[in-house]
Amino acid sequence: MLQAVIFYTLAIAAVIAGVVVVTRRNPISAALALVVAFFFQAALYVLLDAHFVAVTQVLVYAGAIMVLFVFVIMLLNLRGDQGAALPQPSARAQVGLAVAGLVGTGLVTSLDALRRVDMGPAAEGFGTIQQVGGLIFDGTYLLPFEVASVLLTVAMVGAVVLAKREI
Amino acid sequence: MDQVGLYPVLFTSAVLFTIGAVGVLTRRNALIVLMSIELMLNAVNLAFVGFARHLGQVDGHVFAVFVMAVAAAEAAVGLALVLLLFRHKATVDLENFTLLKG
Repeated sequence: MLQAVIFYTLAIAAVIAGVVVVTRRNPISAALALVVAFFFQAALYVLLDAHFVAVTQVLVYAGAIMVLFVFVIMLLNLRGDQGAALPQPSARAQVGLAVAGLVGTGLVTSLDALRRVDMGPAAEGFGTIQQVGGLIFDGTYLLPFEVASVLLTVAMVGAVVLAKREI
Repeated sequence: MDQVGLYPVLFTSAVLFTIGAVGVLTRRNALIVLMSIELMLNAVNLAFVGFARHLGQVDGHVFAVFVMAVAAAEAAVGLALVLLLFRHKATVDLENFTLLKG
């Protein structure tokens, strides 16, 4: 019972934070709401016994990516009105809402078959860093891991090349 | 989570993904569009972790970590592009960037 109450509280809080992200005029407010949403999702990961993913979520998302966002927002020094307007009920916004609504309805109806699926208790040591690390480094996901490191290097070089005025 | 089951987790994930999609499709501020994309990637991670818990295999966790790596790369390059766009026209309103419009 307690677990269900905690889960639903966290899930509703995460959804509310998500709604705040997409409805704020000021990008800084949106970024701060996004940090809140990331933290609630990290808490959901803990409930789902994904300890390593929860820690990575806080470190990478709530730490690194959000610092990057806030840094760029501050760097741009936007004046109040620039690109900050909320979606007017324009034709474009209505089409966007309709498409997103269709996607959402499709997703939720496709889940109907899973309505009665129960989760058993987690196995001993499930989701610990030892288990995840073992899976990555024992060869199963070793090549994707190395490719991810190459991808991050390429992205870093690409970001520097794009943003620097003269190389 | 043995008292909650898989369905509420996936439902939360679907709702968060839809909120992100609404943000991407309706907002005009490039920064908020990027944030909405992060929200969508996070929703997918939640589904990965939920299925991993349901199936009792940690492969889903590994995938979630890979998604985070790709999201970090996407954020870095995307924000560099926003910076370039701002230098070009001194605005981040996507309505002003119609160079490729037919």
